[in-house]
Amino acid sequence: MDRRFPFKVLEHIFSFLDANEDRNSVSLVCKSWFETERRTRKRVFVGNCYAVNPLKVARRFPKMRSLTLKGKPHFADYNLVPDGWGGYAWPWIEAMAARRPLLEEIRLKRMVVTDECLEKIAASFRDFKTLVLTSCEGFSTDGIAAIASTCRKLRDLELRECNVDDLGGDWLSYFPETSTSLVSLDFSCLDSEIKLSDLERLLSRSPNLKSLKLNRSVTLDVLEGLLRRAPQLVELGTGSFSDELDPEEISKLTKALSELKQLKSLSGLWDLLPEYIPVLYSVCPRLTSLNLSYATVQMPDLVDLLSRCSKLQKLWVMDMIEDKGLKTVALCCKELRELRVFPSGADLDEEDVALTEQGLVSVSEGCKKLESVLYFCVQFTNAALVTIAKNRPNFRCFRLCVMEPFAPDYRTQQPLDEGFKAIVERCKDLRRLSVSGLLTDKAFEYIGVHAKKLRMLSIAFAGDSDLMLHHLLSGCESLKKLEIRDCPFGDTALLENAAKLETMRSLWMSSCFVSFGACKQLSQKMPRLNVEVIDEHPPKTRPDSSPVERIYIYRTVAGPRQDTPEFVWTIHKNPEVGVSRLSTR
Amino acid sequence: MSEFLAAEHDYIGLSEFPTMEATKPTSDNKTKTTDNNNNNDDDVLNFKATELRLGLPGSESPERVDQRLCSLKSSCPVSGAKRVFSDAINGSTKWVFSTDSSAVEDIKPDVPVKEKKSSASAAAPASKAQVVGWPPIRSFRKNTMASSQKQGGGGDNNNNNSETEGEAKSGPEPCLYVKVSMEGAPYLRKIDLKTYKSYVELSSALEEMFSCFTIGQFGSHGGCGRDGLNESRLTDLLRGSEYVVTYEDKDSDWMLVGDVPWEMFICSCKKLRIMKSSEAIGLAPRVMEKCRSRN
Repeated sequence: MDRRFPFKVLEHIFSFLDANEDRNSVSLVCKSWFETERRTRKRVFVGNCYAVNPLKVARRFPKMRSLTLKGKPHFADYNLVPDGWGGYAWPWIEAMAARRPLLEEIRLKRMVVTDECLEKIAASFRDFKTLVLTSCEGFSTDGIAAIASTCRKLRDLELRECNVDDLGGDWLSYFPETSTSLVSLDFSCLDSEIKLSDLERLLSRSPNLKSLKLNRSVTLDVLEGLLRRAPQLVELGTGSFSDELDPEEISKLTKALSELKQLKSLSGLWDLLPEYIPVLYSVCPRLTSLNLSYATVQMPDLVDLLSRCSKLQKLWVMDMIEDKGLKTVALCCKELRELRVFPSGADLDEEDVALTEQGLVSVSEGCKKLESVLYFCVQFTNAALVTIAKNRPNFRCFRLCVMEPFAPDYRTQQPLDEGFKAIVERCKDLRRLSVSGLLTDKAFEYIGVHAKKLRMLSIAFAGDSDLMLHHLLSGCESLKKLEIRDCPFGDTALLENAAKLETMRSLWMSSCFVSFGACKQLSQKMPRLNVEVIDEHPPKTRPDSSPVERIYIYRTVAGPRQDTPEFVWTIHKNPEVGVSRLSTR
Repeated sequence: MSEFLAAEHDYIGLSEFPTMEATKPTSDNKTKTTDNNNNNDDDVLNFKATELRLGLPGSESPERVDQRLCSLKSSCPVSGAKRVFSDAINGSTKWVFSTDSSAVEDIKPDVPVKEKKSSASAAAPASKAQVVGWPPIRSFRKNTMASSQKQGGGGDNNNNNSETEGEAKSGPEPCLYVKVSMEGAPYLRKIDLKTYKSYVELSSALEEMFSCFTIGQFGSHGGCGRDGLNESRLTDLLRGSEYVVTYEDKDSDWMLVGDVPWEMFICSCKKLRIMKSSEAIGLAPRVMEKCRSRN
């Protein structure tokens, strides 16, 4: 008797599985589950585009409708990865175009996307619906025009903080007059002016448009006209908010904003002038997400705005909010889940720094649902961290950037070890952590012991010795991504914990003491790791003891990649060879 | 080599973290100058012990970490630690957002300075005193904020294009980046045309960059002492190799590289493309025409 579930039943059960982690687990059970799962997976996520061969992915998932890829290491965001390192979308687009023409959604992060890629997408996927590019580069507005003009069923076109070769605003006119399917449009990262009439006409014929994010060159005087044509918006990113308006225009704009009954998210607000804040009052009570991080608004004007946002769940601001403003947030925004406070570049030499650790302490007290924090601050104390941890054991993401490298607790002059210990001890669900300030190996011992659910950890200017890395690699069971810069160790801990690296997505180390010899040994020991040495100023000879500028280590089943530029070497598995460009096939 | 390393890592002129500094005084590294020689002996020893050098025989091994740790602990948590760091970085506004070097230095002479700072403030533009990628703020945000700070930044600052992109700009530029693409290659490169002085240099650089694809012998036609290549050389190239280099000029025409003097070329070149010679054949007549119309 066949004791297995009939394929159809299994397939039906698996169709309820959304999370890829679950699907991955399921696919490991046995061959028939693997087969069933792969035939039913619609959304494919590849966290490192070099971990696997695009053709294999295309072949494995015949029902693929959505592909998400990430390319460059996270530290590329901070210019630590030289230009030209890699992360090319082309091989993936090419493979999918050939084998999965029914693909509908492509989401790329930190990848190099050329106009050829975009043209290929437009030409190959007839039902293409969604293109989201985050922190990508390599393409121009010509490529966008190709997508706009050819993808008949386009729903989402989002360019998030991309580096685009902006050849002008013409691309917007390429949406055919017959296209009415648009749901979200984000061109906030583009520079040049678009033609207002193009945009107005597009809005008029897009009744399903829910999310619109304009770029800075869209001036305030035209905003009212745009909003009248899209009163159904749920997310709005305005353009510049600083142009002069006469009273009549102001009143019209105020009315137009108040008509946006579904609006939940507001961003843009570039150079928001205090006199225009009242214009926003009508939308505040409904807002769940507010991004003021480009609004150069000071206290106390911010308070007027924030005190009206009682439903706010996500708030991004600059440090102009000061401790006072954060107190208001703690009082008024009881639903807050995520807070990000960015530095405005205000003079750091001032003795009275208006944003201190107190601000975060207040929010942690008042906002019981707070679970995600990114906080830039000049200095901090252990006591504050301990209090914050006691208040909010529900943190899932805690990123503290004490901007002064090696800054100790400014009251006690002690390292911030105890403070971070409290965080990892109490916040049992912590998934992501960024540490800063003066930290010794002890801090990392605590992290290794307590942070069992931690998946991503970012470290800069910390630690004393190899012990630090050893604590992390041997202790943090769930660690997937580790990125380290300017820390004084390398070899021993790396080699001792080599096996751990295969359970992680990637490890980045720059300006640390990792020797070339250790890289070779590691690569030889671990066949399924790519050990990449990134050296913009390589030495003429490489004795084993010579340090490398940066290493990027990631697990892969695709072998060494073939597209490395001249400053990247994948360490050969044969130690005699050392490094090679691997350009021979 | 090490001077580059120093330029990249030279963010603090302090003994708090001596590790990242090269102690070799290098003439072209303004922030170092003669300062290293003025260090007291202790500092020098610590620096030397923990110096991160590339490729030199007998470079330090990680056991030296202990020494660095000692120096770190001894010089560490002084009450003025915070001030000292920010002292060493001039013009605090500017160090947070290191976009271009046009940010003005803001030197505060009444602040207690350490030796390093005085040399750091002397000649170095703000960017030299920066830590690369610190604080960790995305360049999009940095560029946006920088242009907000300049009055009337509006929308016409190149927020999102790399500030070094020098497409078809005339006049003195610190560098002239153009994109180089190659037919069949999945990736683009950017190169600074100002770093090359002749077609020969350019072609050998391109060959190096795209070496995993056969470029052919276009770079190795030796004996070309002049800046330009004449007609017969062009046809030689086309016959002899698989690929040729073309460029898009100011008029958005695609031309074969080599038909105009080098200086003229770098002024009018917007983009480079390495394409199969079979496709480039069609360009040759245009090149001749343009040459004739110019002469």
